[in-house]
Amino acid sequence: MSLRQVPIDQVIERALNGDRRAIGRLLSLVERGGDDAETIETATHVRARDSHVIGITGAPGAGKSTMVARLVAAFSAADRRPAVVAVDPSSPLTGGAILGDRVRMAEVDTTAFIRSVATRGHSGGLALSVPGSARVLAAAGFDPVIIETVGVGQVEVDVTAAADTTVVVVTPGMGDAVQANKAGLLEVADIFVVNKADLPGASDARRDLELMLELSHVTGQEDADHRPPIIMVNSLEGDGIDAVRTAIAEHRDHLVTTDRLQERRRKRARYEMRVRAELAFGAHLQRRLGEPEFAATVDSVAQGDDTPAAAARKLWQPYA
Amino acid sequence: MSDRSDEWRADYDEARLRDVPFETMSGVPLDAVHGDAPYPGQYPFTRGLHAAGYRSRLWTMRMFAGFGTAEDTNARFKELLRAGGTGLSTAFDMPTLMGRDSDSPWALGEVGRAGVAVDTLADMEDLFADIDLGGVSTSMTINGPAATLMAMYVAVGEKAGVARADLAGTIQNDILKEYQAQKEYIYPPRPSMRIVTDMVKFTTAEMPKWHPVSISGYHIREAGSTAAQELAFTLANGFAYVEAAIAAGEDINEFGRRLSFFFNSHSDFFEEIGKFRAARRIWARWMKERYGATDERAMMCRFHTQTAGVSLTAQQPEINIARVATQVLAAALGGTQSLHSDSFDEALALPTDKAARIALRTQQLVAHETGVVNVVDPLGGAPFVEWMTDEMERQVEEIFAHLDELGDGSILEGVYAGIDNGYFVGAIADSAYRFEREVNAGRRIIVGVNEFTGGDEETEPNLLRIDHATEEYQRKRLEAVKHDRSQEAVDTTLAAITVAAQDPTVNVMPPIIDAVKAYATEEEIAMAMESVFGTYVETAIV
Amino acid sequence: MPPASSRIVLAKLGLDGHDRGIKVVARMLRDAGMEVIYLGLRQTTDSIVAAVEQEDADAIGLSMHNAGHLTLGPAMLAALDEAGLDVPVIIGGIVPDDDRPILDDAGVAAVLGPGASAEEVVTTVRAAIDFASAGGDETA
Repeated sequence: MSLRQVPIDQVIERALNGDRRAIGRLLSLVERGGDDAETIETATHVRARDSHVIGITGAPGAGKSTMVARLVAAFSAADRRPAVVAVDPSSPLTGGAILGDRVRMAEVDTTAFIRSVATRGHSGGLALSVPGSARVLAAAGFDPVIIETVGVGQVEVDVTAAADTTVVVVTPGMGDAVQANKAGLLEVADIFVVNKADLPGASDARRDLELMLELSHVTGQEDADHRPPIIMVNSLEGDGIDAVRTAIAEHRDHLVTTDRLQERRRKRARYEMRVRAELAFGAHLQRRLGEPEFAATVDSVAQGDDTPAAAARKLWQPYA
Repeated sequence: MSDRSDEWRADYDEARLRDVPFETMSGVPLDAVHGDAPYPGQYPFTRGLHAAGYRSRLWTMRMFAGFGTAEDTNARFKELLRAGGTGLSTAFDMPTLMGRDSDSPWALGEVGRAGVAVDTLADMEDLFADIDLGGVSTSMTINGPAATLMAMYVAVGEKAGVARADLAGTIQNDILKEYQAQKEYIYPPRPSMRIVTDMVKFTTAEMPKWHPVSISGYHIREAGSTAAQELAFTLANGFAYVEAAIAAGEDINEFGRRLSFFFNSHSDFFEEIGKFRAARRIWARWMKERYGATDERAMMCRFHTQTAGVSLTAQQPEINIARVATQVLAAALGGTQSLHSDSFDEALALPTDKAARIALRTQQLVAHETGVVNVVDPLGGAPFVEWMTDEMERQVEEIFAHLDELGDGSILEGVYAGIDNGYFVGAIADSAYRFEREVNAGRRIIVGVNEFTGGDEETEPNLLRIDHATEEYQRKRLEAVKHDRSQEAVDTTLAAITVAAQDPTVNVMPPIIDAVKAYATEEEIAMAMESVFGTYVETAIV
Repeated sequence: MPPASSRIVLAKLGLDGHDRGIKVVARMLRDAGMEVIYLGLRQTTDSIVAAVEQEDADAIGLSMHNAGHLTLGPAMLAALDEAGLDVPVIIGGIVPDDDRPILDDAGVAAVLGPGASAEEVVTTVRAAIDFASAGGDETA
């Protein structure tokens, strides 16, 4: 019988007991948002707090999926139960997507759980659903939960940055480090990986990162006690993967011993609260704009009698 | 008369011509060549490799055969030889192509289906039973486990008293295009290239009539590339093998003569002819100018051609006979050395005897009735044909420039990089989708598919069915061979392969020949190397 | 509530490496607004079942060009059955007319032959998903 006909409470119960079909179904409901998503959040939020959430991001072609696959295998070998949420962009034209991350994760241990997620065009949805999906997986007993995104869009970066530990992947020879800096990845990185380290230019990439870290250290990093390590990796051969796993564990220890973990989680809480409030508030304002009491104001801006800024103030000031 | 013309005349006079009248069907005598220098047989060979072209020797009509058990295919071989075919071409089933035995769980449902199943030397002995290996040339279409199949052929020859030096033929062994298009790989690219290089070395030293690599654009085109991409990727792969062999200390003038190519003949008539002519010119130039070959024979792009399987339609399959005929004609006008023509029913199943015979007859018709073989490079000098040839070359050089840059001055490294970053699969998938959309939008007409569909309701022609019993038979046969062999000999020879694989200075061919003679299975040999080399997983670009 | 995109798992089952068709179909379905979870080559019935569970897929598309459909098609259906999944399976590739009833009996939802247009592909997949979810499913 299809789980689509089973009441949500029962699906949640099965998922929390580790039923993979039920987990898969919950993830779909979280992605769709709405009442079911909130029910699921209520059931999973508290239970999710013990899992380590790792964000992994980097430019397209940086070899993230291959690295994640290796990392998952390494966690499995260490008796952990890793899960992955792999985010890929939807086509802006059609809303469809081809999600190919599983190909490179073909050889990972069958106990791992991999979920492919499309951005579905509306960034707000992604900002809500990815943390929600991570919560479902964590509540179902997966630890760590790895969130993999392409570090190009702001939301993708934010989602990854809201993890407990954020890993930024660059490759040699393409100015990746510089691009990462521009994309704002440098400030959010807890660990850097120079992937494809067998390629020429790997040491240059390392030097670029070190230089930029020096500069950002002067301007002030978020976590002054932690200097992000730079790890050289060859994912195809598996070299350096254990070093990444160790660095992730050390960062987690650092978070716990310095009480930075709570700070991170507060950051994530602020992020999720803000996104939700923005979405709700945005929808509310949209409705208000359509109401008769604003018709005259809208007309006066359209006719040039009033400025947009002044008119907007009338809209939001009551809430300020 | 110019010097080049005199030189051509001298070469032509030396050629032994076929004993047929070189005149039109109305009796008008024909000069062997028209147009300007460089003439056929002259560098850069745009107009053909030999001064007398098809006047001295027609292309080899090589028909691909292979299905079911080795005995079934053996019977088909004999039938083709009786029908006037001049070369054998072997298709292997999917488990064989992937280095898996018939009793592997992966083989389920695939044993003997798309080609012949070969697990051990015993199958190879059946495949070539009562065929004089000293008198035929054999082509084997296999890549990942090519070394094992070539070793088996050597062993079968020796058992029948034919020395390896007298074995003539070609093994595809073009591993690079597997990562780009056909996807029948076992190990990662670099160790695979080491095996290819070992085979080049081995045949250069011991098998002078053997072509150790047939650099194949066919599958790149079937996977959806454009004509220029087919040509560029194929020749670039060729340069990669050349660079690898030079790096291994081989003499380009020696191994260069033994490289051969395999192209697709598709439906756009003049584009295909331009592609074939450009192939010879570009290869010759690069071999001479970039790689320093000095022997002209090492600059010659010899190629086998197959009509485009992907162009065959399941709708109104009989019209495929006409489609194949135009593709055969393009290959002949392009100057191919050897040709396989597809059977009209191949979009539905493996060809029946009758369909295979019609396909062969189509080649015979073009060779003997149309008269296109009477003049060498009959289209040479035609403005459009020369323009098309130049245009192909221009597009190809653009792609070479990209690969050269990717590889920092090495085409070999550029090809590795393009495999790693998805350049090849991405470019091919883009072209395939573009074509598909054009057909969908009706901007390209495929007769019987999106236009002229009347008559499509007819039932399918008789199809060849592979009996389910084949799989069972083949498993039992493998079990019997394993029972009868000396396990000790198998273990010893397999261990020797693993040791050889660990040392890049040791050639893997001799230990593989020892292992096949001990009746080690194809999969056992593949595993012995996999333990050192690892396996390859695609980096999919959809 | 935003509309849910259909999610389809596309895979090559077995050793056959011909992936031109499946890649074209992946793009057709993407361009029709679906989410395609592409598994690529050399999949087993187990790996496909695992992907369908984890991805909560609405349908499975298998591409076969090697005459293996009579063995592998029913094997896929059996594996899904065993896992308690009732997800429609669509087979694309070279399937002779005579074999279609056998695949129908095995429970294959639809067969797409070579030369199927984008419209046919999309319509067939949508119809298979709609039919499968018609059994009282609220998401239909």
